[in-house]
Amino acid sequence: MSKYYLNYLDELESEAIFILREVWAQFENPVIMFSGGKDSILVTHLAKKAFYPAKIPFPLMHVDTGHNFPETIQFRDDVIEDLGVKLIIGSVQESIDDGRVAEEKGKNATRNALQITTLLDAIESNKIDCAIGGGRRDEEKARAKERFFSHRDDFGQWDPKNQRPELWNIFNGKHFEGEHFRAFPISNWTEMDVWNYIKRENIAIPSLYFAHEREVVWRQDTWIPNSEFLILEDHEEVVTKKIRFRTLGDITITGGDESEADTLEKIATEVAGMRNTERGNRSDDKRSESAMEDRKRQGYF
Amino acid sequence: MLDNNQLLRFTTAGSVDDGKSTLIGRLLYDSKSIFEDQLEAITNTSKKKGHKGVDLALFTDGLKDEREQGITIDVAYRYFTTPKRKFIIADTPGHIQYTRNMVTGASTANVATILIDARHGVIEQTKRHAFIASLLQIPHIIVCVNKMDLVDYSEKVYNDIVRQFEDISSKMLVTDVRFIPMSALDGDNVVNKSTNMPWYQGAPMLHTLETMHISSDINKVDARFPVQTVLRPQSEGFIDYRGYAGRVASGIFRKGDDITVMPSGFTSKIKSIDTLDAALEEAHAPMSVSITLEDDIDISRGDMIVRSNNKPEASQDIEVMLCWLNNDSAKPRAKYTIKHTSNDQKAMIKEVVYKYNINTLERVNDDKELNMNDICKVKIRTTKPLMVDAYRENRTTGSIILVDDATNETVAAGMIV
Ligand SMILES: Nc1nc2c(ncn2[C@@H]2O[C@H](COP(=O)(O)OP(=O)(O)O)[C@@H](O)[C@H]2O)c(=O)[nH]1
Ligand SMILES: [Mg+2]
Repeated sequence: MSKYYLNYLDELESEAIFILREVWAQFENPVIMFSGGKDSILVTHLAKKAFYPAKIPFPLMHVDTGHNFPETIQFRDDVIEDLGVKLIIGSVQESIDDGRVAEEKGKNATRNALQITTLLDAIESNKIDCAIGGGRRDEEKARAKERFFSHRDDFGQWDPKNQRPELWNIFNGKHFEGEHFRAFPISNWTEMDVWNYIKRENIAIPSLYFAHEREVVWRQDTWIPNSEFLILEDHEEVVTKKIRFRTLGDITITGGDESEADTLEKIATEVAGMRNTERGNRSDDKRSESAMEDRKRQGYF
Repeated sequence: MLDNNQLLRFTTAGSVDDGKSTLIGRLLYDSKSIFEDQLEAITNTSKKKGHKGVDLALFTDGLKDEREQGITIDVAYRYFTTPKRKFIIADTPGHIQYTRNMVTGASTANVATILIDARHGVIEQTKRHAFIASLLQIPHIIVCVNKMDLVDYSEKVYNDIVRQFEDISSKMLVTDVRFIPMSALDGDNVVNKSTNMPWYQGAPMLHTLETMHISSDINKVDARFPVQTVLRPQSEGFIDYRGYAGRVASGIFRKGDDITVMPSGFTSKIKSIDTLDAALEEAHAPMSVSITLEDDIDISRGDMIVRSNNKPEASQDIEVMLCWLNNDSAKPRAKYTIKHTSNDQKAMIKEVVYKYNINTLERVNDDKELNMNDICKVKIRTTKPLMVDAYRENRTTGSIILVDDATNETVAAGMIV
């Protein structure tokens, strides 16, 4: 075989860098939506590559639900300091305090849906015309339909039945005042690709991804971490388990798996043998079969 | 997993109900790429809808409307990996009104799989899709003669369909066509070899996809580097750094190469090819790099760096095979934004030369209207030159899209003749 071809990880990397540069060239005021999870860390790493030797030329934005793992916030702040870029924070707590949204009630209450308002408010008030996300098409069936450049109307809504055709590597980011785009540079990556790449590049990720001892409660078929936000039912019991998280969301809804994988090597091996999708442990996606599509239409990540 | 695993992109085409979604579901299921919770979800839905077994097609139909109506509306992307390759599948809709989505899915594909219902043989929609595949110059075509279980696995039925298809494909520009008789529903010749069709000597579909030679799909001769953006770090160590960021569209660039910047025509030499990981001696398609030059010349987005001894044509008048993608028809002599690599210009459709009758594949000279799903040869005039190659030589520098300035929508896709 000729030496002039790329292996699949290099091709995915090159594609993502291309998209990031297109975003920078086509939009006035883009941001990377940074959650502290592995996908947004990956996008940030790729952005570093895309603009080297210059700094990443746009800010990172965190939609902070207030229900965080402390480790995630620490990690976020370290990344910002290391990159020397600006951080924009959209606060769900502020949206609640301002009466923009109302807190859900009950034991399974989450702030997941409330983020949509905070995100759209932050996009509007910071005049952001493109929010770059770490969404991947293999994550979820509604995400499988996403374009790389995904149009949002002036209410921030997605119209999946009326998406712009996206051909070859020509991306159309033209939009009217008040509208914005979401861009997904790692659309074509699978969970396995992400881990293989993180391992190959030795990218720093929060300690939560590695197996560690933690206080947890068995709920909805997964280990939910104990935290100040958790309301225990009578029959529920806090136990200590060695677990790791496969995805990171709010501390109130992100379930962990029992695991011994405490190195990137071991994680990659473990993920390769997984028989369930990574979002299977997130109660936000379990609410209904079209939970993600419904949220995305409204403007979710 | 092997380090040198390649990525293969393929698309599915065929008429409604030919079994595209079922085939993909089967490929994923038999190659063990479906997760248990996904299987559980579609098993439940299958039961609710009164299916006998598991309807594997549900695996690709992701939108609410699609699940309710049981059809594919928009392109869905699926991924799977075998020890030999990583695959990206674009599952595209068969309905006529969604042809634009088929074109979308096909534009980046190495392989087009075209499904044919064995009971119906080659029909209009098959012709249309084969034509689109040839127009988009998809290097390889696999014709899946599906639902063989419904025609008693008949070799004669299969051979007749092969002949019918060859009849139409001989009139098109397709080079590599293969045929596979299968039952997507039962999994015959998808991942596993069928025991019902001993007369078929070829490989099942997955093996074919895994072993197909795709390295030569990329143009390695004509070095083209569209500049996406200019990198000026102005930080310590890089005060005078001026890098041209882009992705090699085709060919190979080496340090020290004599280059010309188009359209200005300035010449220089490549000083360095940079990435965060290392400075490189050479870069080939489709690598994303930053190139610096020996001389300080004015270069910006939309310019193209090429090797001085092999230049594309710089032209304001191009002939394009255009596929109209939008509900709103083209307005006579209307102006559009034309997007070509990283270059945006204003453009006008000067003339519709002819239109294809998609059913007979004949040229029609007296109908000059451009409606949704029409495929026409047109003449386009741009306000500034584009640096173009013929699409059949170069899928990147030979393709354009048109954007309607009134709606900002992508209204047409074109291949430069
Ligand atoms: N008997 C039989 N039925 C099939 C086969 N492949 C698909 N089908 C059925 O044909 C119908 C349409 O299939 P689907 O995959 O949704 O077609 P699509 O519209 O091309 O995506 C479904 O009822 C499938 O179960 C096959 O090989 N044999
Ligand atoms: Mg289908």
